[in-house]
Amino acid sequence: MTRFAIILGLIGLAVSHLLLPWGPVEAVRATDPELLSTLLGELRLPRTLLALGYGATLGLTGAALQALFANPLASPDLTGSTSGAALGAVVAAYWLGFSSALAMAFAGAVGALCALGLLIILAGRRAEPASLLLAGLAIALAGGAGTSLALALAPSPFAFYDAFDWLMGSFADRSLTQAAVALIPAGIAFTLIAGRANALDLLVLGEDVAAAAGLRPRRLALEIIILSAVAVGACVAVCGAIGFVGLIAPVIARRLSAGHPGRAMLPAAAIGAGLVALADLVSRTVDLNRSIPVGVLTTLAGTPIFIAILLSMRRRMTS
Amino acid sequence: MTLLAEAKGIVIIGRIGPLDLIVRPKELTAIVGPNGGGKTSLLRALAQVEGARGNVWVAGESLSAIAPNRRARLVGLLPASREMIWPIAVRNLVTLGLIDPEASTVEEALSLFELEDLARRTVDRLSTGERSRVLLARIAAAGPRLMLLDEPLANLEPYWVRKVLEYLKRRKSEPSTATLASLHDLTQLKHFDRVIAVDHGAIAFDGSPLDFLESREFARVFRLSALELDLALS
Repeated sequence: MTRFAIILGLIGLAVSHLLLPWGPVEAVRATDPELLSTLLGELRLPRTLLALGYGATLGLTGAALQALFANPLASPDLTGSTSGAALGAVVAAYWLGFSSALAMAFAGAVGALCALGLLIILAGRRAEPASLLLAGLAIALAGGAGTSLALALAPSPFAFYDAFDWLMGSFADRSLTQAAVALIPAGIAFTLIAGRANALDLLVLGEDVAAAAGLRPRRLALEIIILSAVAVGACVAVCGAIGFVGLIAPVIARRLSAGHPGRAMLPAAAIGAGLVALADLVSRTVDLNRSIPVGVLTTLAGTPIFIAILLSMRRRMTS
Repeated sequence: MTLLAEAKGIVIIGRIGPLDLIVRPKELTAIVGPNGGGKTSLLRALAQVEGARGNVWVAGESLSAIAPNRRARLVGLLPASREMIWPIAVRNLVTLGLIDPEASTVEEALSLFELEDLARRTVDRLSTGERSRVLLARIAAAGPRLMLLDEPLANLEPYWVRKVLEYLKRRKSEPSTATLASLHDLTQLKHFDRVIAVDHGAIAFDGSPLDFLESREFARVFRLSALELDLALS
């Protein structure tokens, strides 16, 4: 029942995202019906696909990382992997001269992987929520500063200006090729991560119990971390950073999965896709004479929810 | 006499082993020893967790060679940590990871550990002792041939210490099962058939509880004699 509602809601959102704002569609249809397929297929479809795909990736990897770290505060952005991916993509684009979308997606994945690797070295995989958060914050700050430095010192004087729109999270003016470069690796990683739902649920009982049941927790961790880095890195390289969706979607999803962190992954993906598509729809339809990066919107909306999660955790610890 | 389980050359590097061990059917074994001596490591090595080497056979099957879903029927581990942070209902947790749990078995396990009233509560809101009961119920529902219990009596009120011991003794009536449990409270040794004392990652003593209390190894392992601790089995 809930499942059908979610799927129907997502389809409705996808169609709305493709067709809204309706004005240009109507205008093109009236003047030149042949242009309509170009408008929808080449201009709007990549944007819709990226919004849904990136959102789903954030939801799924957020849920997977939370299950793995046994920590409801783990997410692609709070673990620093988003910043790492942005740094990787910026260095590849402005310093190494890789202009192809594929090379940038690869560099993004490498950057995300480095950030997650660093996190494990700094905090350990079974860290307390606070130390994981601090280590992730340190990596995110360092990644952000590194990105700014790489842009400031870049050979191209326009680097900062170019990168602003991209790094803040935006789906505007992306081509179908860029969508494919982000979503094909993300899709493959998505499928493989989703297949480990039962294994991640078993981790609830602790690594030793899971291991006694024949699971290999260390290998599972490595798998999830590499696949998450690939998925997030490819998306960040094409669309920039989108904050808080990877944190919040799993929290809502676990209400649908009776608290099971592994089984929450697919609902989290659906919720993430919905949140990002909705935010992008808002950023596109609210007309302020200029566009607001969608990443700014999700972060604005996500901050109060993040604070609410922190408060509820504190209540639980002191009660 | 047939063996229930056999371990050969089990090692966790820097923690325990290499050592060999046999476990006979219906045997209720206590694992004792000083803090950090290797009790938990011995249980983990027997469960063949990731990083443990050697070979363990349970009911004639090698743990490293069989499919994971079969493994749950052979061996069950109660972990040292009772920490659980996810808001999963007690009833769901008891069936977590079990292959085709039968409803009656699950209900039996819940009632055995008097969890019916807690069944809808989530485990992250329970006390440590209550979580121990939930994890014990999960193992009881799985019904593995070999139970490996890390401190099953820790954090329990006296009523539950007795109930858990009664359960472990009752389990001896089931053919081809055995239990190894680590414990700190040496006054409970009288309920066990066999004692394995672990110190410095090796087996320091393996025999009956009575022999253990009178042995020189007791004083060597615990740095106190059974007399000083006022321990007697009768």
